[in-house]
Parts: sequence; structure tokens; C-alpha cells
Amino acid sequence: MTQKIQTVGVCGAGGTMGAGIAIVAARAGYSVICYDTVEAPLMKTVKQTEAFFQKSVERGKMSTAERDAVLARFDRTTDIGALAKCDLVIEAVFENLEVKRKLIGRLDEICPPHTIFGSNTSTLSITEIASGCSRPERVVGMHFCLPAQLMKLVEMSPGILTSEATFQAAWDWTVGCGQIPVKTQDKPGFILNALLVPFNNDAIRAIEAGVADAAGIDTAIKAGLGYKMGPLELIDLIGLDTQVRLCEAFYPITFDPRAACPPLLRRMVAAGLLGRKSGRGFYSYAGNAMFGA
Amino acid sequence: MRYSIRQNGESRSFPLGESFLDGAVVDATAEIAVYLGSPVVADAGKTAVLVELHTECLAQHVDEAAPDSRNVLGFARYRNGALPPSNLVELVRFPSSNDGAVEAAKALLETAGMTVVVCADQPGRILDRLLRPKYNAALRFLEEGLATAKDMDTTCKLGLGYPDGPIERVVNGGLRHHYDVTKALFETYGTAAYAPPRQAVAAARRKEQ
Repeated sequence: MTQKIQTVGVCGAGGTMGAGIAIVAARAGYSVICYDTVEAPLMKTVKQTEAFFQKSVERGKMSTAERDAVLARFDRTTDIGALAKCDLVIEAVFENLEVKRKLIGRLDEICPPHTIFGSNTSTLSITEIASGCSRPERVVGMHFCLPAQLMKLVEMSPGILTSEATFQAAWDWTVGCGQIPVKTQDKPGFILNALLVPFNNDAIRAIEAGVADAAGIDTAIKAGLGYKMGPLELIDLIGLDTQVRLCEAFYPITFDPRAACPPLLRRMVAAGLLGRKSGRGFYSYAGNAMFGA
Repeated sequence: MRYSIRQNGESRSFPLGESFLDGAVVDATAEIAVYLGSPVVADAGKTAVLVELHTECLAQHVDEAAPDSRNVLGFARYRNGALPPSNLVELVRFPSSNDGAVEAAKALLETAGMTVVVCADQPGRILDRLLRPKYNAALRFLEEGLATAKDMDTTCKLGLGYPDGPIERVVNGGLRHHYDVTKALFETYGTAAYAPPRQAVAAARRKEQ
């Protein structure tokens, strides 16, 4: 029998991913404590959460009484000590090993021995993150996809020292939240990014090699395989600077040439072409329209 | 625009029963000549000469530097192994190709209901160049125990909205087919990403026995 989880803490809840995870936990009926170091983004998360559940009411997915009950269990704090009452804390802070390792170490000092620590890292090693605390057996990888409140997938990874009981408890909690977990080894990028980052780089290199333009490549992928989005459209969506960061996270630990940052990508980022968020990447965006760059 | 077909063997792009085959005329004066199989004869008098490609490059059929090759274009309808062909056609051109020939070929194929993308004459064109290394990586991850095949496929379907995952796709297309394509790519590019993976090599060896 796995342990009972009642209260869930989310670190980095002022960010998009953290806010989504908090909504997932609240929707499933858990008491949620949203933690971040600054109040303003936390308030934004609270407002987004209220709006999300209001929409659920309007769509007939929950009653107003249920909405009020969920929001009554939804708390926010800038005091990390408030997480002491949590049975599960999921961190979704900046993707940096030292930052995450220090945070887990701090939580280790604050939380009771039974508390499980989940890391939402998409690229870093769970084992290395867990090395910052005295209970690595209670640290587990829980990588949600953006936006977490809409995407069902969670990549779950045990570190070398993660106990079976911890992994099972986190797995059961994830399933109980209505998410769909998949189990992966603690390897760089797990499944999703390990396949996606080099594939996206290959698409950029195909442009560099003059095989086709971005629109041609995306059209081929969509029409040939039935994908909803081509790789260049996807890079524009996630941000070219994010793709650079992913390359920089992957290549030094995998030495996979496909994971190395393509020169064209670096040049485009240097030119301020970051994708949708800057209005131009592999395509130009004017309003909702998209034009091949 | 009228087109004639010169066929030698089975076509992967237009198998028997495809309406495109029925639309051809038997007339030496047709403006476009479509070759489904070798040998190819360049004909500068045509608006376009279309050559069906498999894993090979167009330059294997005609000398791209020759003046009478400017209207010769390659094409391949994307097909995952023995599965039915998609409606995506990769239309291959040389830098020196005549733009009018490209437009005429594109119009012909689009009229036949195809989605056409133009690409350079490089091994693997767009799709095999991009997809085969990904399938290789997925097969390697499977061997290394990163996750089960089902979990890898589920991840790609749920996380990226793909209609199918990389393992089911490469297996459904045929590991033997994957071997043939990756072998051809590896021979040209010489990079490890294209090297046929163990499972595909084994499938090819079994077929040979």
C-alpha cells in the first residue's frame, strides 16, 4: 500500500509550468500550497487558476460549489517554511542543476521524513538533483508537459537511489490526478526531449544544407506523417532561445552531434529572431497570421 | 498538360490501380514524360521529365551539368515501407533546373491530388533525412532500456500530438525497409546517426537467409 498524499506543494508556482501543475493537483482534490520567491507571479497564478476553474464551471465540468471548494484548498506563499505540511512537493523552478539541488536540500531540512520530492526537470539527472539531500530515496522525476493542466503526459523517472515505494506513491498520485504517466530511465531528456531536440536540430540543419525551406520541411512532415505541427513551427512556438538552451543542456552530457546547436540557430537568436514571442523566427507573425520567413 | 508514363517494374509512388496511371496518354508528343523506373532518357523538347526516385539521388539518372537535364526532375511519393503511399510528393530539383519545368511538374502532381514540396537533390530528401535518425535513436533507446516501446510511442503521441509513435511507425513500415533506407543514407553521409541499427540489420539478414 502506498502512502497517502493529502497536501501538495509546488515550488516555482509563479511560472507557467508550476501554475499548471498546481491546477492539476487542485483539480484532483488535493490541498495545494503554491510557493515562489516573489508575490506578484504567485498572484498571477492565483488569478489564472480562478479563471481556469471558472471556465470549468461555464463548460459544465464542475459546479460552483466544487469550484469554491477547490479554490478554498488553494494557497500561496513566499515562505518556503509553509511547505513543511506537504506530503508531496513538486519543484518546477529554473532548469539549472545547482538551483534545483539547493532547493531540494532546503526542502529536505523543512519537510517531514515522509515527504516525497518530485522534480519537473526536462533534461537534468534526477540522481544528481537528489544528491542535494539526505533522502535521495524519496526524490523522483515527474516531468509534466506544457500546459500541464491540459496535457496528460507525465514522464516519471526514478533516480539511482529512488525507492520503489516512493516511485509507486508518486505514480499512483499522478494516475489519481487523471494524468497518464510513462516510466523512463534517468537519462538526459528522458524520452520526449531525447527524441525531439536532435530531431528539431536536424530540421534546422536541413535548411542550412539547402535541402528545402522551413515551409517545405514543415509541409512534408505534416502531409507525410500527419503531424499537427512541423519541427520549425514547433521551434518557433517554444522559442529559438529555448532550443539553444536545450542544446546546451544536452550536448555536454551526451556528446551526440545531433544535439549540438546548429550555427543557424545561434545566428537567428543573436539577431533577435526568437520565434512567435519576438514576432519572427523561421516564420514571420503578424497578428495571428503566419508567413514563411 | 498531357503526360505519358514509361514504366519499368512496380512503382512505389503509383502502384497499380492509382488513377494517376489512368490519366496518362500514349502519345510521344505529351508535354511531360514520367519515368516510373529506369532507364531515363533526357528530352529537352519536353516541358518536364519526371523521374521516380527511391533511395537514390536524381544525379544518379542524369548528369546535372548537362544542358538537356534542366527539365529533368526527380520525385518520390512518401511511403512508409509497404504501407499505402501518402499524398506527399517530394519534388527534386537541381540548382540549374528550369523553373518552368518545376512549376509544370508541381501543377501536374497537385492536380492529381498530391501535396508537393520542392527539395534539393540530397540523399533522403526531406523526410528520410529527418526521420531515419529519429527512428534509429528510438530503436537504440529501446535496446538500452530507456523505456518500453509502448511508453515511447505513448510519449510522442500524448506529448507531441503525433498520430503514431516512432517505434510503431518504423516497425509497421518494416525493419527491412528501414535497413535499406538507412544503409543508403549511411553510405552517402557516413555519419553514425544514419547507420542501420542492430534490429534492422538483423531483419535484413533474416530476409537473406
